[in-house]
Amino acid sequence: MPAPALALQDTDGKPLGLERFRGKVVLLAFGFSSCGEVCPITLATLAGARKKLGDDAADVQVVYVTVDPERDDAARMKKFLGSFDATFVGGVGTRAQIDRAQKGYGISSTKQVYADGNYTIGHSSSIYMIDRSGGLRAVMPYGHTVDDFVHDLKILLRT
Amino acid sequence: MTGKRRLWIAVPLAAALVALGWAGFAPVSVPSRDELFEIPKGTYARRMAGDKVEILPSKIRLTLGLNDVLMLRNLDDVPQVFGPTIMMPGQSFRLPFEKAASYDFACTAHASGQMTVLVEPYPAMPWSKIRWRVREWWENRTR
Repeated sequence: MPAPALALQDTDGKPLGLERFRGKVVLLAFGFSSCGEVCPITLATLAGARKKLGDDAADVQVVYVTVDPERDDAARMKKFLGSFDATFVGGVGTRAQIDRAQKGYGISSTKQVYADGNYTIGHSSSIYMIDRSGGLRAVMPYGHTVDDFVHDLKILLRT
Repeated sequence: MTGKRRLWIAVPLAAALVALGWAGFAPVSVPSRDELFEIPKGTYARRMAGDKVEILPSKIRLTLGLNDVLMLRNLDDVPQVFGPTIMMPGQSFRLPFEKAASYDFACTAHASGQMTVLVEPYPAMPWSKIRWRVREWWENRTR
């Protein structure tokens, strides 16, 4: 099954679509830079998996799309993702572009506003695994370990 | 105690014993091993609007050898994720269980993002058959 298309911008201002990563295994996830719970753990896990893969990591691309385009501009996402792994690519865009990307993968997100006007966002936290030819091959629910990702990535890298 | 009065007690007692015997010893069965749950159209839109109403039960109970196959059908126009699977609009997902246990899955159709499937062993003993029938009757009544 082909992975649903993405039509966003990356954190360098270039168009971001999945076709750019043909030949690599893509780990696609959605989150936001102000997230204090799920996103840092997910990103640290994905960075750990790449590190553990050694040379094979060159064929694994993490793409992290914001669900908070009002706050996450390219510079902010770049800084956030770079603190985990400099190779991670961030996806940003207008609210309409992000909505389309979320809908394509069934990613729900709901804003919870605090009394001081600040807010957080509850969002779907699964990681989508896309093979070298752009096929959506698996979904990894939140909470899996570095070794779980390394195990599955090795299988996907062989195919 | 008069004979008529004895009869008033003996007949219902005998009927209750026959019913209990049937419930405990007759084989249990269900029309299908598939337990179907449909994710209706508009589920994603409701989740995005912050609607916390549960569309599917947060805990689904299955019984080995009877209804031990979970069947999910995505009638929404947006993909839904269940555990390690993504169901595109119109797709179904069939998951047979072979071991009695409690299983937790990520599920985007739930406000909590989680769903538990409790798989119970086949009711082989008379008492477990009775308990299974009573629960089925109660759940059908309240469904």
